[in-house]
Amino acid sequence: MSYEMIGITVLWIFLYGYLIVASIDFGAGFFNYYSRLTNMNHIMNDLIQRYLSPVWEVTNVFLVFFFVGIIGFFPDTAYYFGTALLIPGSVAIILLAIRGSYYAFGTYGAKDSKVYSFLYGATGLLIPASLSVVLTISEGGFITVENGKVLLHYKELFTNMYSWSVVLLSIVSVLFISSAFLSYYANKAKDFEALQLLRNYALTWATPTIIASVLVFFALNNHNPEHFQNMVDVGWMFILSLLFFLGAVYYIWKGERYGLAFVFVMFQFAFAFFGYGVSHLPYLLYPYINIYDGFTNATMAQALIIAFIAGLFLLIPSLYILMRLFLFDASYVKGETVKADDHEEERKVG
Amino acid sequence: MESVEFSRYLTMLTLSVHVVFATVGVGIPVMIMLAHWIGLRRQDEHYLLMAKRWARGYVISVAVGVVTGTAIALQLALLWPRFMEFAGQLVALPLFMETFAFFFEAIFLGIYLYTWDRFKNPKHHFYLLAPVVLGATMSALFITSVNAFMNTPQGFTLMNGELVNISPLLAMFNPAMPTKVAHVLTSAYMTSAFVLASIAAFHLLRGNRHEYHRKGLALTMKVGFIFCVATALVGDLSGKFLAEYQPEKLAAAEWHFETEGEAPLVLFGVLTEENEVKYGIKIPYGLSILVHSNPSGVVTGLNDIPEEYHPPYVIHYLFDIMVTIGIGLTVLSMLYWIALSRNWSFIKTRAFRFLLVTTGPLAMLAIQAGWWFTEVGRQPWIMRGFMTTAEGATDSPHVWIMFIAFAVLYFILMVGTAVVLVRMFKKNPVERELEKLADKQRSVAR
Repeated sequence: MSYEMIGITVLWIFLYGYLIVASIDFGAGFFNYYSRLTNMNHIMNDLIQRYLSPVWEVTNVFLVFFFVGIIGFFPDTAYYFGTALLIPGSVAIILLAIRGSYYAFGTYGAKDSKVYSFLYGATGLLIPASLSVVLTISEGGFITVENGKVLLHYKELFTNMYSWSVVLLSIVSVLFISSAFLSYYANKAKDFEALQLLRNYALTWATPTIIASVLVFFALNNHNPEHFQNMVDVGWMFILSLLFFLGAVYYIWKGERYGLAFVFVMFQFAFAFFGYGVSHLPYLLYPYINIYDGFTNATMAQALIIAFIAGLFLLIPSLYILMRLFLFDASYVKGETVKADDHEEERKVG
Repeated sequence: MESVEFSRYLTMLTLSVHVVFATVGVGIPVMIMLAHWIGLRRQDEHYLLMAKRWARGYVISVAVGVVTGTAIALQLALLWPRFMEFAGQLVALPLFMETFAFFFEAIFLGIYLYTWDRFKNPKHHFYLLAPVVLGATMSALFITSVNAFMNTPQGFTLMNGELVNISPLLAMFNPAMPTKVAHVLTSAYMTSAFVLASIAAFHLLRGNRHEYHRKGLALTMKVGFIFCVATALVGDLSGKFLAEYQPEKLAAAEWHFETEGEAPLVLFGVLTEENEVKYGIKIPYGLSILVHSNPSGVVTGLNDIPEEYHPPYVIHYLFDIMVTIGIGLTVLSMLYWIALSRNWSFIKTRAFRFLLVTTGPLAMLAIQAGWWFTEVGRQPWIMRGFMTTAEGATDSPHVWIMFIAFAVLYFILMVGTAVVLVRMFKKNPVERELEKLADKQRSVAR
């Protein structure tokens, strides 16, 4: 495999990782608020907080990692995307900041504040929407270069059917992925009340997810037929994705094997996401940047790949420990060790 | 004003906010580790509680640090796209490794915070701090090396606009890197120690006589003194480095115009229109000694440097602020330590305690002044000798709107952080927590 391919594969894997962990986080924020509106927050609150508190920071790093990585491997992207995305990028930062501050201030007050949990829930849907703009733009047609200046055309962006279908897909997938995962988590915690609620959410969001996916296909055919044709060429990936989706829905509907169901959801999105990625190649920004012209020098690529492998040796065991402690530790998941958590304790005292 | 001006101000704003949290983010884990270690060794629950309480406050600063850190990471490309395109080929390695280090730290910090009672052997829990400290230190090292590269770029050759002979390791280990990294680390440890000292001193000043606060103050002031000395030593090396690699920055900081031997060190003062220093305190031979360790060593003056490369002369004040505070804190913490071991009672007076309360904010001010000095001092360059700031900035005309949006955001973040931190510790004072601990032990004994 060429350095270019290794580079983009590494980055795509990280973006996929972000897609999954961030979806869980964003969706949880929305469900947290929604259950509050419907006066059912007592059922889910603890469950969601117990999972999210130790991991939200890690979630954020996935994004930064992708971001730094793409500039490292493909410095040209910094110029084109950086110039074009000043406003959408800054909006995304501000939304992420609001979300981050919820965690920062959450231990004391923010979590009980209505306004804050609204903001937390709303950012859960707005952030995926704002980040998905980057994917939309990469299809081309929204950025032009005139007199050496990169311009982003907002009017085209906001009136385009493709961009809206991507936004829609990103939002419903977030809700679907998140509810599928939280169902699994609730089941593990033997919290059957929460499980019932979350299972309903998962089934509710399954249909819109698939409708939105189909919509994206059609819209892309209109917008960038060349890319669409490439997608048809790797059509088997999307068919596999659909099969995994059906499998996941089947188990959630039957109410058994939630773990397997979530693994199926992960495969569903993996195949769709990598299918999309493969067919997008060689372009990073159609038609201005492709992975070959925009690639960094060979020495730096080598250094980055070595650093990446060394970093994985550090990260994988660490992530394993984290998951062992907070995801697969039965008594923690059930909340039996929550008394060890100072924050919880203080909230009761205070 | 043009986009480049607003880009500069927005970057300055984001970094000035971020550096508050980044500094304590690097330093406080070390303090937590120390307290936790002493607590385990002496079986002293005061120190263990100290580690616990510091860690709790630390989480909030980390969360805000993550937010502002994400902001600056993205803003680098949004505001300086041409610079990132160019530099991306040269310093991607340390940038990339910084995220690894931060990843590592984030994972173990999450584990440490949520597992206080989950290990049978309490030492296992303590060991979790090692990766946190390591991660924090390494991320400071990597990101500072990127900044050092912008000051002294190397590890590549520019031939007809093309980059050749690129060496990522040479770019990373550039001449500015060792002193910069060392200065950043020691000053971060020093500042964090004083910030915690301020809190302890504040409680004592308010009339709380609890042993917990006395222990806290003694520990933090001693650590603060040690790192003051270290920071000063590294600062001296940094001065020598500047003289060799960035003479224009040093000369502007010292308002040193004529190239000459036996150069004096100028403290304070104002600069007239004819570039003469008024009301300054001159330390004869000071600059020559600082630079060459030799009173007659020749120091390059600004007159020998083309005027378009002169940094703004205002950096003199920033340099003065940094150095003055540094010296003041060294003296104060040394005095405290001596007085403590000799049992002198003046350190218990209200006035002295008030001075101790100011140490944290002052140290933080020195950090800000130091960073402003180093950053403004390399103007007009964004990458010294290769790219000016104006060449690196975005063309987008909307930067000023973003500046306002972020200013509002940071204001809310800063106020929110302060309010939350104060409330957190006010609602749950040490006494109550110790009582609860005692209750727990009694119930075990029964």
